[in-house]
Amino acid sequence: MSTEYNPRELLICVAARLMEDKTTAFIGTGIPMLAASLAQRLYAPNLVTVFEFGGTGAILEELPLAVGEERTFHRAISATGICDTMETAQRGFIEYGFLGGAQIDPYGNLNSTVIGDHDHPKVRLPGSGGANDVGSHCWRTIAIMQHDARRFVPKVDFITTPGYLSGPGAREAAGLPPGTGPYRVVSNLSLMGFDDATKRMKLLAVHPGVTVEQVIQNTGFELLLAEKIDETPPPTVEELCLLREEIDPQHLYI
Amino acid sequence: MHVVESGIGELIQPPDMNAFREWNRTQKNKALVDKVMSEQEAVSRFMFDGAYIGTELYGTVRCPMSLVRELIRQGYKDLRVAGQGVTELDILLATGRVKALDLTYIGLEVYGISNNLRREVESGRVEKVVEWSNGGITWRFKAAAMGVPFIPVRSMLGSDTLKYSAAKVVECPFTGEKVALLPALILDVGFIHVHRSDKYGNCQIDGIAGFAIEMSRASKRLIVSAEEIIPTEEIRKRPDRTAIPYYLVDAVVPAPFASHPGEMCYVHRRDEELIREWVKEMEQPDTAQAYLQKYVYGPKNHEEYMDFVGRARLESLLYRKGGER
Repeated sequence: MSTEYNPRELLICVAARLMEDKTTAFIGTGIPMLAASLAQRLYAPNLVTVFEFGGTGAILEELPLAVGEERTFHRAISATGICDTMETAQRGFIEYGFLGGAQIDPYGNLNSTVIGDHDHPKVRLPGSGGANDVGSHCWRTIAIMQHDARRFVPKVDFITTPGYLSGPGAREAAGLPPGTGPYRVVSNLSLMGFDDATKRMKLLAVHPGVTVEQVIQNTGFELLLAEKIDETPPPTVEELCLLREEIDPQHLYI
Repeated sequence: MHVVESGIGELIQPPDMNAFREWNRTQKNKALVDKVMSEQEAVSRFMFDGAYIGTELYGTVRCPMSLVRELIRQGYKDLRVAGQGVTELDILLATGRVKALDLTYIGLEVYGISNNLRREVESGRVEKVVEWSNGGITWRFKAAAMGVPFIPVRSMLGSDTLKYSAAKVVECPFTGEKVALLPALILDVGFIHVHRSDKYGNCQIDGIAGFAIEMSRASKRLIVSAEEIIPTEEIRKRPDRTAIPYYLVDAVVPAPFASHPGEMCYVHRRDEELIREWVKEMEQPDTAQAYLQKYVYGPKNHEEYMDFVGRARLESLLYRKGGER
């Protein structure tokens, strides 16, 4: 098997390595599903997946194609409905939440609603879906993004999902549960976190073959830099093998 | 209670809980009467122009497609819609007859954005778009189901989703913390597809229930389609399995494969090839209209739709007995 990998495979591996064992994660369509499945096999065998339409604790033997399909509650603990999962998040039971969007800003605010003006949009996007709920209630959210300056913008056109809003203390002032917020941003170029003091996005690691300069060029705002910027270890043979042969053998996503 | 912030979105369907109680007392039949009818009769009896409607689903699963296709055939216009949808709202938007949306998510999941949503909203044909989250819109149904005018939640706070909604932020009278109040959402007509129902409308759903529990109780008129009609004795044997009791239901439409080209949990998988055709055809306005001609206006009802798609094709989508893949 080739040990060369594509950007998607790398994103999935980086996201999977962020998962902790014996905890809960709210999983959305696409890359988070593959990351959760990989994490269950390698890093977090007791990871409890929560899918918004009601599946909790599924064993992701086969890849779900959507957040509501049967595989999201395959050999699961429970199959309920959207109120139950959202309320479970609101009660503080869900540690991680995965998010995505068309735009992200330095505070991790995400836009998946409109490009341009809300009432006369240039592009009408699908809307919040469960993203706003996930970003409001999960303790730590992980955004998965394509990295370019059109997506990493100084100010999002519309805050669909709250990150740290305007900075330190803003979430709490808005009434959001204390101690929650953006934790990591995984892009095709790098891994980012958030500065404790300023709540601004900070570069933690670059992916193999990517320079810090490249990341900066593809970011439309000033990115804070960690004191020591790591290099992401490339996907291992074991990770690639599982992804290609067991998790997504039909290559629907990878 | 001090209102700290008010969303600037219009409250498209203002709740009137006393009127809802009165409706439930006088308009909902508590007698066990046979409600089995064709989708043509069900939709024509309960739908009207300008109605505020909602469909229940999760992704492409259990979408009430056969009812939505009939709704489109009958030509209702100026629709106001609870916008939590995938294929069934994409196709409804393609008709250009949706006037207002309480929108949380309309998209095609793994296949990306809905081009129909884009065209209808960007052109201004959908005149009002009011934003909510998935939790938000479901909790609005829950408030209606509880019979109360609003529900306090901690979603949407601090965001533009709240700013462009019709929610309000208040200081909680008990804790002093900010909390979002979401208005109850009562549908004029709700559409739900279930696994089985008896002739009176007692319904069972297998697998996750999405938001069927809440929405069924938040609907003034509820049209249900069912994969199969079962004897009431089966319902009475397992009353714990009744997700929707008969008195909520106004019409029961027998409709196997009603979610096609989407899937039905434990019954049949989705028809990936025809979903791909759908996605492709919806890219451009003219091909979208051609799609409607072919799959919606062409067949006169769901029976003809199944003939048109092909019975053998549909049967090939069935899981083996016992839900095995």
